[in-house]
Amino acid sequence: MLEVINLTCVRGTRRLFRDLNFSAHEGELIELRGPNGSGKTSLLRILCGLAAPAAGEVRWNGQGIRSLAEEYFASVAYLGHQNAVKDELSALENLRISSAVSGKRLDNREARRILSRVGLSEQQNLPARVLSAGQRRRLGMTRLLTSPAKLWILDEVLTSLDDTAMNLSREFIGNHLQQNGIAIVATHQDLNMGGARGQRLQLS
Amino acid sequence: MFGWLVWRDLILAWRRRADVLATLFFFIIVVSLFPLGIGPERETLRTIAPGVVWVAALLASMLSLGRIFGNDYQDGTLEQLLLTPQPAYLVVLAKVLAHWIVSEIPLVLIAPVLGVQFGLSQNGLAIVVVSLLLGTPVLSVIGSVGAALTLGLRAANVLVALLVLPLYIPVLIFGSGAVQASVTGSSPQAWLLLLGAMLIVSLVFAPWATSAALRISVE
Repeated sequence: MLEVINLTCVRGTRRLFRDLNFSAHEGELIELRGPNGSGKTSLLRILCGLAAPAAGEVRWNGQGIRSLAEEYFASVAYLGHQNAVKDELSALENLRISSAVSGKRLDNREARRILSRVGLSEQQNLPARVLSAGQRRRLGMTRLLTSPAKLWILDEVLTSLDDTAMNLSREFIGNHLQQNGIAIVATHQDLNMGGARGQRLQLS
Repeated sequence: MFGWLVWRDLILAWRRRADVLATLFFFIIVVSLFPLGIGPERETLRTIAPGVVWVAALLASMLSLGRIFGNDYQDGTLEQLLLTPQPAYLVVLAKVLAHWIVSEIPLVLIAPVLGVQFGLSQNGLAIVVVSLLLGTPVLSVIGSVGAALTLGLRAANVLVALLVLPLYIPVLIFGSGAVQASVTGSSPQAWLLLLGAMLIVSLVFAPWATSAALRISVE
């Protein structure tokens, strides 16, 4: 369970939000909404432990994430604005190497299966620099499929994806929630997750 | 995971080998300029050789510091690396090791060839190699602190030089001291031991500083 207690975020001299409180339980979706510059990305980066809040605390299963450090990182998958895709490597190499670096080795067959799942079968041996923005996004999404993380933190997952890929990411999030995962998603589009439990959080 | 990260960086370096070669040629050219500028007088060349080789090595390795974290920072890989369940210390160590293999080992290998231009004896050339082998990892690991602190800043290259070059001074003194000792016929052992001590101390402490700096930079 993720708890957010009296969280305050300051960027430069501007206070983005103060005394934010919410919690996310197993199987819940937190949909984060708000205009540009309202602090969605800052909040997500605090939640995954990349940034420190000005005040307040984030707790994972009752313990502060700052003290858990690596133990917490093992339960988080973060998909930010950048896809963490290496231009010089092929799609297949990107997937296999990034997954091995974060601790899960994939053999060639598994990696191919995952790539075909996100619709990149034909591009698997192309260097990532020739992929389109949407294809790179899809490649970034494979991180979610290989990671054993319970908490997904997703920043604008739907940007530059076509309809098929949008539905695919909805399906991934849905499956994850069904397996008692937690997803925190910042988005401008409607996620339309149907029956998902959870709440919508509006930043202003 | 450590091995995979090193392996990944080696593949990436291989696919961008022009960058690596540029640093190597910089080293070769800087070292070769001195005999041309100073003239062929054997004694003078032999006296300046240790300093020239070492100063050139410092400058060349400084040129490549931006590559340790720069690309990973730009495409978002760095934040993913910091979110892996391994300690950031190991991530830093893996990247520093890869940087050393890619950018410093070639300098070490080419240095004896360049040393011949200065009329160094066989023994002198051997000490050049040994001192560089001990000293260049220190350059990489100390340099990584500067590289991490200046990530994403404008004029990062100049800042890195200002931050890191003063910290390189002890390495320069011990490294060129060792070569100088062998040129003048005394034993370089004490200098090499000091270099080795610096290597151990910097390997233990600098990656902590680097990982703290990385956390600040990605925030």
